[in-house]
Amino acid sequence: MIDRAAEFLAMGGYARFVWPAYGVALVVLGGLAIESVVAYRRSRRELERLDRGRAAR
Amino acid sequence: MMHRFANPARFMRLSAALLPWCAALAVLTIGAGLALALFEAPADYQQGEAVRIMYVHVPSAWMATFVYAVMAGASAVGLIWRHPLAEIAARAAAPLGAGFTLVCLVTGSLWGEPMWGTWWVWDARLTSVLVLFFLYLGYIALVNAFDEPTRGARAGAVLALVGIVNLPIIKFSVDWWNTLHQPASVFRLGGPTIAASMLWPLLVMSVGFMLLFAALLMVRMRTALIAARLRALQMLASEDEPRAAPRPQRASLGPAQ
Repeated sequence: MIDRAAEFLAMGGYARFVWPAYGVALVVLGGLAIESVVAYRRSRRELERLDRGRAAR
Repeated sequence: MMHRFANPARFMRLSAALLPWCAALAVLTIGAGLALALFEAPADYQQGEAVRIMYVHVPSAWMATFVYAVMAGASAVGLIWRHPLAEIAARAAAPLGAGFTLVCLVTGSLWGEPMWGTWWVWDARLTSVLVLFFLYLGYIALVNAFDEPTRGARAGAVLALVGIVNLPIIKFSVDWWNTLHQPASVFRLGGPTIAASMLWPLLVMSVGFMLLFAALLMVRMRTALIAARLRALQMLASEDEPRAAPRPQRASLGPAQ
């Protein structure tokens, strides 16, 4: 079991090329996704705040 | 017809309904694609396990060019019909396209070293994709260089449309020049030359990337539309302000007391 996992991780000797390739995709695309969602939530909160302020007046 | 879909309020309603499905499907499809790419797909008879880099490299390369076509198309609609939603779509697409291009370039480099013996060559395919990356960066910089969003979008649209000549160069570079990069093996006359056991994971991953792009494009367009509404509200608020609290007419210059 552990042997098979180690064999999988070794990627036939290409581990130092295969895993960074998947890692870069994860970091760049995941980073874009997080940045997009964070900016979206922030703008929605700001809009709610302003709308409440206008309703109060 | 186009104006019915391009109405911002309608877009907000439509995207609110579509977004959760699109995002969930993107996560599922990419998950399935990763499982297929890492566990199901066979090692290549020449490249061994290194061939698994293909399943992130090729879909991101397709997305890099596809997103540019979307961005240029939206820019054209924005320029010709002055449609604000098209301008917003083009601006929202640019960072996503730049991201896919970056992934394509880096994974290509990581694949080139073990297979070609070099991280980088200045062959036509690699160089034209690098130019694509700089086109995205130039577009983003140009669009953000103006205080007024509409002027920035117009300037960016012209750049995006000029840059579209790069797309056929990228596609046909492997045929027109003697490149180290291999020629097309999926979208070619006469059908794919890649084995079905490798084509399937590749296609699933590509659909996943496409869904991810669609979901993030909707999120970013919604953010931009809310930001436009925020600017309008703040403008209204600043118009009310002088009556509420009069500001001094002139700023006085002098040492602090």
